[in-house]
Amino acid sequence: MALLDVKGLTKTFGGLVAVNNIDFQMEDKQIVSVIGPNGAGKTTFFNVISGYYPDHVGTITFGGHNLKDLNPEKVAAYRMARTFQNIRLFPDMLTVENILVGMHLHLSSNLFDIVLNTKRLKREEKEAYERAMELLNYVGLEGKDNELAKNLPYGEQRLLEIARALAIKPKLLLLDEPAAGLNPKETEAMKNFIIKIRDELGHSILLIEHDMKLVMGLSDKITVINYGVKIAEGTPDEIKNNPEVIKAYLGDDTTTDAVA
Amino acid sequence: MENISKLFHEYIKREIIQLGIIFLSPILLYVFNGNGIAFILFLLSLFLLHQSNKLNTKIKAIIAIVDLIVIIPLVGFANSYYLDVITQIGIYAILAIGLNVVVGFTGLLNLGYVGFYAVGAYTYAIFATSQANNFISPAILKFPISGNWFWLFLIIGMVVSGFVGFLLGLPVLRLRGDYLAIVTLGFAEIIRIVLNNLDKPINFTNGPKGITPVQPPAFFGIVLNQTIHYYFIVLVLLGLTIIAANRLNNSRVGRAWTAIREDELAARTMGIPIVKMKLLAFSIGAAFAGMMGVLFAAKQSFIDPSSFGFMESIGILAMVIMGGMGNISGVIIGALAVVVLQLHILKEFSNFLRQLTVAGIINIPSQLDPAKYERLVFGLILVLMCIFRPQGFLPAKRTMEYIKKHVKKLKKTENKKDVFVE
Repeated sequence: MALLDVKGLTKTFGGLVAVNNIDFQMEDKQIVSVIGPNGAGKTTFFNVISGYYPDHVGTITFGGHNLKDLNPEKVAAYRMARTFQNIRLFPDMLTVENILVGMHLHLSSNLFDIVLNTKRLKREEKEAYERAMELLNYVGLEGKDNELAKNLPYGEQRLLEIARALAIKPKLLLLDEPAAGLNPKETEAMKNFIIKIRDELGHSILLIEHDMKLVMGLSDKITVINYGVKIAEGTPDEIKNNPEVIKAYLGDDTTTDAVA
Repeated sequence: MENISKLFHEYIKREIIQLGIIFLSPILLYVFNGNGIAFILFLLSLFLLHQSNKLNTKIKAIIAIVDLIVIIPLVGFANSYYLDVITQIGIYAILAIGLNVVVGFTGLLNLGYVGFYAVGAYTYAIFATSQANNFISPAILKFPISGNWFWLFLIIGMVVSGFVGFLLGLPVLRLRGDYLAIVTLGFAEIIRIVLNNLDKPINFTNGPKGITPVQPPAFFGIVLNQTIHYYFIVLVLLGLTIIAANRLNNSRVGRAWTAIREDELAARTMGIPIVKMKLLAFSIGAAFAGMMGVLFAAKQSFIDPSSFGFMESIGILAMVIMGGMGNISGVIIGALAVVVLQLHILKEFSNFLRQLTVAGIINIPSQLDPAKYERLVFGLILVLMCIFRPQGFLPAKRTMEYIKKHVKKLKKTENKKDVFVE
C-alpha cells in the first residue's frame, strides 16, 4: 500500500481552482519531487496534504489513515512533518528549544509531573535534551545550541527547520523549497543532506523545488503540476524529455514561432 | 590605559555600592525604622541581590532568607505599615505571575484577569460568612465555616477559578489579539455585574452591599488575622507560585506555550494541540488568581463587586508589561514598582507636601495633591516605558538551565549507582 495516496484532490479559493483533481501516490522511503512554474499550485497542494484546508474535495490517505477533516496538529500526530517556503522557526526560542518543540508529540509528562518535578519528568527531559542535541549536531549545527533561532544565518535556519521537522520522527517529510535562497554550493550540500536523511534515517521525503539540478539529482519520481493540474509524472529522465513539461516551462512551439 | 583604569575603578565602585546596599540596607531599615527612604533602599537591595552575579547562590539564598524571614517581620513588628506594603506586593506579584502565564508565556492578551480573582474571593467569602445559609439549610451545615478551612479553600478557589477560566476559554480562544482582549474585558465585567445582581431571587452574593465579615484563616484553631500572619502566608504562596511557574515555563508545556506565542501555525504543524494548550494557560492563570482571591477575601474580611473593577485588571497587566513579559523575576519587580508607587511613593510625597503646607513654606491646594494623580503618573510611566524600554525592566530570556540541571543530576545519580555495582 502506498504511504501517501491522494485521489481526486481539488481545492478552490473562491473562483480560483488552485489544485484541480490531482491523483498522486508515493511509496515508503522514496524521494518524490513536485515541480511546476510559479503559481502552479504546488504549495497549495502541500498545504492541503498537511491539513490546512479541511474543506478540500477528494481523499487523502496517509499511512492507512484518512486525512479527511483533519487539522494540522492531527496530521502531525500521524507523523507527517513539514518545513515552510519562507522559514517559520520560533525566532525567540533557542535552537535546541525549537527542536524540543518538535518533540512535543513524543513527550508525555503531564501537569503533575511538571509541577512536582518528578523523576519521570527529569528522565524524559534529559533524554529529550540529549536527542535534541544529537539532531542539532546531525544537521551540522554543532555548538549553536545556545543561540536564538533568529540569530542564525539564513542557511542554518533552513537546516534548523529541517532538524525541527525530523524531531517529529516523521514517516513523511514535506520540504517546501529547501534550496530557496541558497547558493549553488549550499544547494549541492542540501541535496546530499536530503539523500542522507533518506538513507540513514529512512524517512520518505516529498519536496517542492524550483532548482532543476537539485530535483533531477535526487528524485526517485517527479510530478509536474501546472495551473493546478498534474501534467506529467515519472522518473527524472522521463520528465526531462516530456513535451508537456517542456511546453509548461519554456512555452509552446507555436507561440515561439509566432513571436519569431 | 587611563581609560581602562578608570573603567576598572568605576566597575569596582559599582560593585562596592551594590554589595553595600545589599548588606547595609536591611540594617538601615531596622535602625531607622519607619523611614521611607530606608524602605525603598531595602527593596532596591532585594532587587540587587537577585541581579547580583558576584555572590554565589548559597550566600544569596542566606541573605534573602535573613531579609525575608528576619528583617521584614522585625521591622513590621514596630511598624506594620511597611509589612502591609510588602504583603500587598506579594499578593500582586502572585497575580502578575498568573497573568504572565497567559500574556507573557502564551501571548494571549487578557484584559479580564480580575474576574477570576473575584471568583476566588467569592468562593471563599460565601462559605466563610453566614451567606451560604441562604441556600444551604442551616440544619444540614451551619455557616460560616471555621477559618481552618481556609487552606482547603485556597485549593478550591484555584479549582473553581480554573474551571471558570476553562469555560470562558472554550468560546473565546478562537479569537486572537485585540478581539480576544475585548472579549475577556467583557467577560470580567459580566462576572462583576453578575456578582452585583446575584442577591435575588436567592441571595448568593449580597449584591452591591458586599459580604462581611469573612472568617480569617486559622491554623488548628489559632486565628491568623495579623498582618504578620498574612505576610508569611503570602510569602509561602509566592514561593510556591514562583516554583510552579518556573517549572511550567521550562517544560514541554511551557515550550508549547512559547511556540504558540511565536508562531501559531508552525506550532500546530509541530503537532501542538493549540486549543488545548491555550485553554491550559488560561485555566492555570485563572487558578492563580482564584487562589489569591481566597486570600484577599480572608485578609480584607469584606468584599464587594467594586473591588474587582476594570482598573484592577489594567493594574496587573501594567505590572506584567512594565516588569518584562514572560520573565517571572521581571514581573515580580513590576508588581513591586507599581505597588510601591501607588501605596508608598506618591503617598509619602503627598504627606511631605502637606507638612510643608502646614508649616507655611508653600501653599498647595488640595486638588494638586500628588496622591490624586496616581493614574496620571502611572500612565506617564507606561508611556515612557513604551518609548524607552518596550520589553520591560527585565526582558524575557530563554535558557536551558533547568533541563541541563536535570541532565547533571541524573548523571550524578547514575554514576553513584555504577559505583555501587562495582
